[in-house]
Amino acid sequence: MLTKRIIPCLDIKDNRVVKGVKFLGLKDAGDPVEAAKAYDRQGADELVFLDITASFENRKTLIELVEAIAENIYMPFTVGGGIRDIGDIRDLLNAGADKVSINTQAVKLPELIGLSAEKFGSQCIVVAIDAKSHMVNDKGSAISHKPQATSKHWQVYINGGRTPVDLDAIEWAKTAAALGAGEILLTSMDFDGTKDGYDLELTKAVSDNVSIPVIASGGAGRPEHFYDVLAEAGADAALAASLFHYQELTVKQVKEYLSKKGVRVRL
Amino acid sequence: MIAIIDYGMGNIHSVKKALESLGAKTQIAQKASDIASSDKVVLPGVGAFDDAMLELEKKGLIGALLTHIKNKKYFLGICLGMQILFEESQEAKKAKGLGVLKGSVKKFSGAGGLKVPHMGWNQLKIRGLSPTTEGNLINKGTVPVLCPLFKDVPDESYVYFCHSYYPAPENKSVIAATTEYGINFASVVWQGNVFGVQFHPEKSQDTGIRILKNFVTL
Repeated sequence: MLTKRIIPCLDIKDNRVVKGVKFLGLKDAGDPVEAAKAYDRQGADELVFLDITASFENRKTLIELVEAIAENIYMPFTVGGGIRDIGDIRDLLNAGADKVSINTQAVKLPELIGLSAEKFGSQCIVVAIDAKSHMVNDKGSAISHKPQATSKHWQVYINGGRTPVDLDAIEWAKTAAALGAGEILLTSMDFDGTKDGYDLELTKAVSDNVSIPVIASGGAGRPEHFYDVLAEAGADAALAASLFHYQELTVKQVKEYLSKKGVRVRL
Repeated sequence: MIAIIDYGMGNIHSVKKALESLGAKTQIAQKASDIASSDKVVLPGVGAFDDAMLELEKKGLIGALLTHIKNKKYFLGICLGMQILFEESQEAKKAKGLGVLKGSVKKFSGAGGLKVPHMGWNQLKIRGLSPTTEGNLINKGTVPVLCPLFKDVPDESYVYFCHSYYPAPENKSVIAATTEYGINFASVVWQGNVFGVQFHPEKSQDTGIRILKNFVTL
């Protein structure tokens, strides 16, 4: 039976793991290669590497770092940040990435999803969506925090969450899947960094509406949060960054908890 | 010497690195003579079936691969590299496969709300180790001989999958392991000197490395 995946994420800025200062037992706390090796040893199911400044600063993800990480791990490895075209995708795959995660450019140029899926296969094209909730009245205009608001929607943001765009997250996920994306990496901007748990409502809404796997991201703080998003909200995988970086929990601890609760994981 | 075929279909470095960590001598093969000078061949590959066959043809590798197999030299196909061993694929618009194994490659239907691609860690039911179960493809009218790739690999080990299509061999006796994803499909095929795995051993941590080691030491 297919297991649910636990995925540590390395947020990289200027070749260093951001937030990685307390990584215990590592020679260099913020060294992404050392962090990747540690997660491989912990039995992580996959690794995601996001160059968090790449898109905004219009610079490309550093190929050398991808090569160095790929050289040292034996698990699937997704790379995102700053991808603009087919050439960028090819460079990353050639450098050792198994999948690429496209966010801003997928919104700006949706045909890139189809082109790259055709070229490299859907299974290696991940569309990342950063979403933030807002309330909408029955006329469809945003009236956040007003009592007459009637339904909850999630708006898509690009450029590392800096720029809102006129897209509904659920509709965008459906479009991305239809265009050929193999997976959705869904980050809740409302819950990210809160450690209060994943956005279950958002995750469920997206997961119920697409037939490709959904990775939930943003808000993990305790083992129960992983259970909630995987068992209740229907996510196929759960991603966390700082929780694992600070060693508040190890991948293994999370998996042991899930297994005890009856969720299929690879131990 | 193990030749790893480089035909522009995805990342070959992971396979190379994994084989070399096991002490194997490897070479990246881009032309027919590289294959002829190797005693084993690994054909990795991600991407589309048509593109894969087209690239192999463009590089003039098809004849050399078929000769290698005909000469009873060891061959390991990984993911798409396994699928093109078959005669045809539902994914292909025009290309035919190598036809080394009889049967076709089919797409997961997505029935019952199963997500496609089949992505993540799933278990191997290994012929010769797994108890016969109703509806299972293995141990059914076949001699339960353990495939040499599974030496010291426990039944129900987890390996990493990432695919939308799966092989449906005509001859069930080539099925060396199955995996359950809505249906039981052939996740490992084996016919004499030819091995094919639908999962990615190079991404399957200890279990994957063990399987590659078994190939290296054949």
